[in-house]
Order: sequence, then structure tokens, then C-alpha cells
Amino acid sequence: MRIVVDQSVCDLHGQCVFAAPQLFRFDAQGELEWEAEVGGELEPAARKAQAICPASAIELRP
Amino acid sequence: VTGPIVVVGSSLAGVRAAETLRAEGFDGPLTIVGEEPHAPYDRPPLSKELLAGKSTAADVALRVDPALDAEWRLGCRALALDLDRRVLATDGGDIAFDGLVIATGVRPRTLPGLEPVPGEIFTLRTLDDALALRSALAGAPRVLIVGAGFIGVEVATSARALGCAVSVVSLDPPVAVAGPEVSAVCAGLLTDAGVRVHAGRRIAELARAAVVLDDGTRLAFDVAVVAVGATPNVEWLAGSGLTLDDGIVCDASCAAVGVDRVVAAGDVARWPNALFGGAPMRVEHWTNAVEQGAAAARTLLHGSGPHTAHGSVPGFWSDHCGTRLQSVGLPALGDRLELVDGALADGRFAAAAYAGDRLVGAVTYGIPRALARYRMELARPPQEAVA
Repeated sequence: MRIVVDQSVCDLHGQCVFAAPQLFRFDAQGELEWEAEVGGELEPAARKAQAICPASAIELRP
Repeated sequence: VTGPIVVVGSSLAGVRAAETLRAEGFDGPLTIVGEEPHAPYDRPPLSKELLAGKSTAADVALRVDPALDAEWRLGCRALALDLDRRVLATDGGDIAFDGLVIATGVRPRTLPGLEPVPGEIFTLRTLDDALALRSALAGAPRVLIVGAGFIGVEVATSARALGCAVSVVSLDPPVAVAGPEVSAVCAGLLTDAGVRVHAGRRIAELARAAVVLDDGTRLAFDVAVVAVGATPNVEWLAGSGLTLDDGIVCDASCAAVGVDRVVAAGDVARWPNALFGGAPMRVEHWTNAVEQGAAAARTLLHGSGPHTAHGSVPGFWSDHCGTRLQSVGLPALGDRLELVDGALADGRFAAAAYAGDRLVGAVTYGIPRALARYRMELARPPQEAVA
């Protein structure tokens, strides 16, 4: 699965970082970093992050 | 659950519960009942972007899985629950169910003498409330806001952006849930934004379009907004067999206690939060509605037990005064706030809250990345009871 984050919508709430720290993190400047490719065992975490994004900025592609 | 499932409540918790039922393999009939006529929408923008005129009703539509196969009964009010016959009575007729998700949320409290009056005295919960208030704020009236929780301070910010003269009256300091140090910062931000803050004050007298506070201050207003918290929508469940006590009393998996195949989620559910020592709580936060909607759906399909227990780290955000207040855990339970970044005086900081040696929460204005490690620590079960 591929994670796409719409940077024009992302508001840096950080809820994805809280929900799925294995996949999302803040860099030293406070910008969002994430794993673009996710293996099967982390797909539930990716879905959790997508659901909890207040800006609906996260898209998951098969 | 083998037969039809009905979800009562078409807002965030109800919709996420319905989506989770499908994601977890439920392929029976699914009905979503919503009192409001609108398609599901997101509430956080109502007091912010929508009120300030930066977004429209279409912009606040809630993202709903397009593949969700459900019958929508919108503009349909739940009236009563008959658990012997397993029937939900609504003003649009009876609906039979096998499993039931209750996510009927809360409604704003009102104050005697300041009950809603169209065009003049408002509460803010629904899209219609927000659109009506937005109309009333055109023309920069004098605005009185009673209550300084999230809604109060957000409406104050939005009304200031529209050029209104804004006064906030509150018994509690602003955003009291974030703890006293943060309240002081918030009060400063509001004052800098040109909002008159009367914290720690009661309304002693009500007059026509004016109030007099207990310190003798008279505040005339054109528009008043009462934002003093919310009450769970449970009256329709009286006599149903559900246990009601400031919400629907649930077990650790969000199953309503004492009955079969009924779960509750979101603002209306009171459950023992495993991450906070099993202290029963209601959490009126956006993130909990998402997580608890999903948890309640899993419980309906897979039963109550440790495998479906819902542990939630409370968390909120509030956009006001051009910045964002964000919190994880329950920082107001702390007796000590430790600064970890920035400076309180600058209105940009992050701090961790401790009760004794125990981390109970963390809070920031403007530095969300600083919360990440505390959020992880708070999510590590089990915590001792702190509430």
C-alpha cells in the first residue's frame, strides 16, 4: 500500500504521528515525514492514521 | 450479531462506526438514522472557518467511504427504544434491528434567561446553528459570549475577525481544561486580539440585550452566544433498560451495560477508559469519536472482552487567536507543568503535565511535534487511576 499526503490540505495536527508513529513523524523543523510504501502488517496502522486525520489529507493506494 | 444493524446518529462517531462494521466484514442490512436533515458534516470548522466566512457548508462535508452500503434515514428523530422487540421507534416509523449503535451525541446547555432567541441569542452545535450565527455576525454587532471553553474562545476569535466588538464572560478561566498556566496564556492571547475577557465572573442580572456581572460591569450586546458545555442526548432512552448516568453507561468495550448487542460511541458514551485506570469518563473530543466509533463497531461484531476494550488517550485541539492549542492526555490533572520548548510568555510553547512523578498530559501552543513522545508514553498501558 502507498501513502499519499496532500500537503495542500495537511494542517500539521500531528494526529497521524500520534496514531501511527511507526509510519509518520515530525522532522526537526516540524514538517511531516512518512513512509511512502507500507507492507501488509502496517496497513492497519496506516488506516488508523487516515481515519484520525482531521484534515482528511491522507490517501491510501493499493 | 446476525441480523440488521441500526446506527442512531449520523455524525462522526456514527459514521465511523458504520464504516468499521463494513470493514470488519458485516454484510447485513445497515441503516443510519440522523436527526438532522443534512448529510454528515464535520463539526470543528463550524466555530472557526465556517463562522469566519472562510468555508461554506459544502466545505465541511464529512468524508464518508463512498463504498459504504447503508440506508440513510436523515431528518429522522429517534423517539424510543424497545429492547424486548428490538425496535427503534422514530418519527418516521419503527425500525427493527438485531444490533444497535447509539451515537446521539450531546446538545448545548442553555442558561435560564439566555435561552436561544432567533437572530439574537445562540448556542452552537449544528451546521444550522453556525449558519444562523454567521448571518447574525454580519454588520459587526456587539457580541457577548458566555463561556470560555473551546467554542467560546473560537467564536470570540471568529467574531473579532469579522470586526465585532467581543466580550467573553466566564466563571472559569479560558480553556480551563488545559490547566491554569495555559489559561493564563490564552487570556493574554484573547486580550491581545482585542477580546474583553471577564473571567471568574458571574452574570448577576439579566436585562433586555444586556447583562450585569457580579463586579458591576454592564455589558450590552446585539448578539449573545451561550457556550457553557453540553448535555448527552439520552432522554429518548428513558425506560429502555439502558443504564443512564450523564450518558450511556458502557463497559470497557463500549457495550451498554445490562443489555445485549447495544453499543455506544462518541460524546454520549460513558465508559471505563483502560488507559486511565478504568475511570468511567465521557470524552467529547473529535479524535475519541473516531476511535470509539470504530471500537464500538468491533464490539458489536466480536463481543465484549479484553480483545475489544477501548483505551483512548484524550486529545483535543482548538484554533484561536491565530494559533493552535493542542493537548494529549489530561493536563488539568497535573500539579506541575514542565516547559519542554518555547516560552509561555511568547504564546508559543510545549509543556508536559505531571501529577507527582506521573505524566498525565502534555500541551502546546504552536509546537505539535513536541507532543509526539508524550502521546506515545500516555498510550502505554496500563496507567494507574488518575481521575
